[in-house]
Amino acid sequence: MVDKLDIRELLKDIEKYVPQRRGWTWRTPVQLEMNHFKYSEASMPLKKSVPLPAAKYFNNIDPQPIAVITTEIASGRFEDDIRRMRMAAHHGADHIMVIRTAGQSHFDGLIEGTPQGVGGIPITRKQIRVQRKALDFIEEEVGRPINYHSYVSGVAGPEIAVLFAEEGVNGAHQDPQYNVLYRNINMVRSFVDAAESKCIMAYANMLQIDGAHNANATAREANKVMPELLVQHAINSVFSNKVGMNKDNIALSTVPPIASPAPDLKINLPYAVALREIFSEYRIRAQMNTKYIESSTREATVTHVLNILVSKLTSCDIQSTITPDEGRNVPWHMYNVEACDTAKQALIGMDGLLEMVELKDVGYLPEKVRELKERAVLYLEDIISSGGYFEAVEQGFFVDSGNYPERNNDGIIRKIAGGIGANTVYTRDEDYFAPVTAHFGYNNVRQYGDVDHPSELIGGCTFEDRSKIIFIDELDELDNVNIRLDETEKYRSSSLIKPEVEWLGDGIVMLDLFLPTDKRKAEYAAIQIAKKLNLLEVEVIHKEVLHEVEGTRIQLKGKVGFDIDLNELVIPEEMVNISETEIESYVKANPLTIVAGTVGEDEHSVGLREIIDIKHGGIEKYGINCEYLGSSVPIEKLVDAAIELNAKAILASTIISHDEIHYKNMKKLNDYAIEKGVRDQLIIICGGTQVTNDLAINQGVDAGFGRGTKGVHVASFLVNRLKELDNED
Amino acid sequence: MKKDEYLERKKHLEKLSDEELKNYFFELSEQIVDPLIQLAYTHTTPSIERSILLRMGFSSIEAKTIVEKVIAKGLMGKGAGHVVYKMAKQNTLSIREAGLKIIESDVIEW
Repeated sequence: MVDKLDIRELLKDIEKYVPQRRGWTWRTPVQLEMNHFKYSEASMPLKKSVPLPAAKYFNNIDPQPIAVITTEIASGRFEDDIRRMRMAAHHGADHIMVIRTAGQSHFDGLIEGTPQGVGGIPITRKQIRVQRKALDFIEEEVGRPINYHSYVSGVAGPEIAVLFAEEGVNGAHQDPQYNVLYRNINMVRSFVDAAESKCIMAYANMLQIDGAHNANATAREANKVMPELLVQHAINSVFSNKVGMNKDNIALSTVPPIASPAPDLKINLPYAVALREIFSEYRIRAQMNTKYIESSTREATVTHVLNILVSKLTSCDIQSTITPDEGRNVPWHMYNVEACDTAKQALIGMDGLLEMVELKDVGYLPEKVRELKERAVLYLEDIISSGGYFEAVEQGFFVDSGNYPERNNDGIIRKIAGGIGANTVYTRDEDYFAPVTAHFGYNNVRQYGDVDHPSELIGGCTFEDRSKIIFIDELDELDNVNIRLDETEKYRSSSLIKPEVEWLGDGIVMLDLFLPTDKRKAEYAAIQIAKKLNLLEVEVIHKEVLHEVEGTRIQLKGKVGFDIDLNELVIPEEMVNISETEIESYVKANPLTIVAGTVGEDEHSVGLREIIDIKHGGIEKYGINCEYLGSSVPIEKLVDAAIELNAKAILASTIISHDEIHYKNMKKLNDYAIEKGVRDQLIIICGGTQVTNDLAINQGVDAGFGRGTKGVHVASFLVNRLKELDNED
Repeated sequence: MKKDEYLERKKHLEKLSDEELKNYFFELSEQIVDPLIQLAYTHTTPSIERSILLRMGFSSIEAKTIVEKVIAKGLMGKGAGHVVYKMAKQNTLSIREAGLKIIESDVIEW
């Protein structure tokens, strides 16, 4: 029996936690054969995982692609995110990216303790330790290392980099351009800080992801900034490399800029090719498009699959995922899992694509690729002639929606002497000195002796001796994990349960409705319906016109105001399915005839035929002799036929459920079999879309099968029951 | 507003092979980045100095106060870690004792 993660147990002795390793881990590619399928681009399978739904047709195989799969998890409560991390890891994620709370990039220093966040979580030493400790357990469980990741940006970048190196964080976003353009942090400060941050990250062998993809999300016309994206990647990558980071640890964060109904591949593919040709020595982190994500999860998923097609047609070392609900709320548990499954399904589905097709080297594609590169080169030339990077930013070069050298004068302008943290950069004197490891730049160590490493002068810094790290537990006695755990304790330590989408006990449910009216009326009618269902805090999250007057689809969320006690539930025993081989061998040794028909005044036949017919995987395939009497069969005829043919079972289908007629017919069937004195020798099974097993048994029959039943379930039940009867004899 | 002069301006690039264009792309990138590297090499910031103090065994809260005091005394050019190191050396204190003394006493010896 697998246990749930115990958050309180994870919190115990957290001040003593020591991370198990430093640095990034890639997947291990393997020659893989599973269920007779040969995979060309697969990695080591997991010890434990949840396969794709259709895997049940293929012996439940769960082949894993080579690319690392990223999921972004940060609901505001890190303790609830831990459970989501476990679920995502079982669906194939091995890169967990934690989004920071709004405002952390402007926080001048480290945040401590475990306060609740908004749109992300406050990244603190305690929070990192608890999550990394949980991931140590989760990676052991799934059998694959999990990379833990957050952000080294803002005005406290170097301190966060130290924290990450000390606590075994495996990857981070680091790009001073992000600070400058999107956080309005002073550009001089940002670049000076960035060198130190990158130097520390390089020491800890962390993977770096840049911030160029944000230009795509911010620009008014996303596809016009493609030349600039190449420039932004170059500035951060070359800067990082010069500070001492290996190219192998520098990943370019790239997003296919456009989405359908634009001609997706015509724009996204040349861009992807240009990028990979120029940055062939670097790593590629392929992100999914967020710019054009709306509230339709279906639309987002299709866009994302097209993005993965671009990854497969070019390359990616990391396939990042965006949850398909990001266009309407902070991601919910199930959508993180959906996004991971989308990536896994699409990557494995396109296994070996480039063994079968190749990109053209003449015509539109290479011409477009060349054009993008040339436009980027013109961009670089102009930055230099404008006086350098800082001057170019001041002149509004960046995030302009013109296709360079075209300019629309709508770029982001920042002043060299402006922004948060302006005038906080100090010149190092000749005797400047810092007695620590992984410090970038001028350091006059010689004045204190001839040492190999500056930190020798203090007997080692925290990077060599982690006992020197000062752990701070909590600073706010009202806003911390212990208080939050107490508030929801009943859902952890009692049998009470509540639906949830992000936080334990949040009570949120989604309702998916069709209303036969126009959009506006449908929205307000849906809200009224939700209120009548006693949902609280109702909010419409998606509207989709099926036709302007014929109907609208509405998805809404609301909270339920009650708990369910698991101990008070009456849960019927689960039917045990036996293997197909076991069914076949039993039927071979014990020939079996059944009679079947749809009873009453009921002309439905499809469901029953699917249960019986060999071509639908029905029970005939196990050698069971089926006498099908058709539809609208009288009860009596079914029983009489069973007697005549010496059948051991009756399969009765009852689809029409008006006025409970389906259950009335079951009772009649049972009563008539008793009347004829054959009930003990016959197994009576009833099925139909509205049938439940309990209610069927209450009518006196042996079993009821509802929607989703397959032949194997019925055959399984028959064989089990016959074996029981054999034993009784 | 500036119109798209791509066709006129790319003429000097046409003769370059893809490989040469790529090399030129990185040459230009280095020209842009080199002064930024030089700037970082010769400068420091409060965050860098706090990150040094963290590595020297101070808490985030202690590091913040020490750097504020070092800035107030105009000693950032020496390095905040350096200031603590020198205090420790001159008074035969441990690194932590020296740092805590700066926090508590408001005295910085230089």
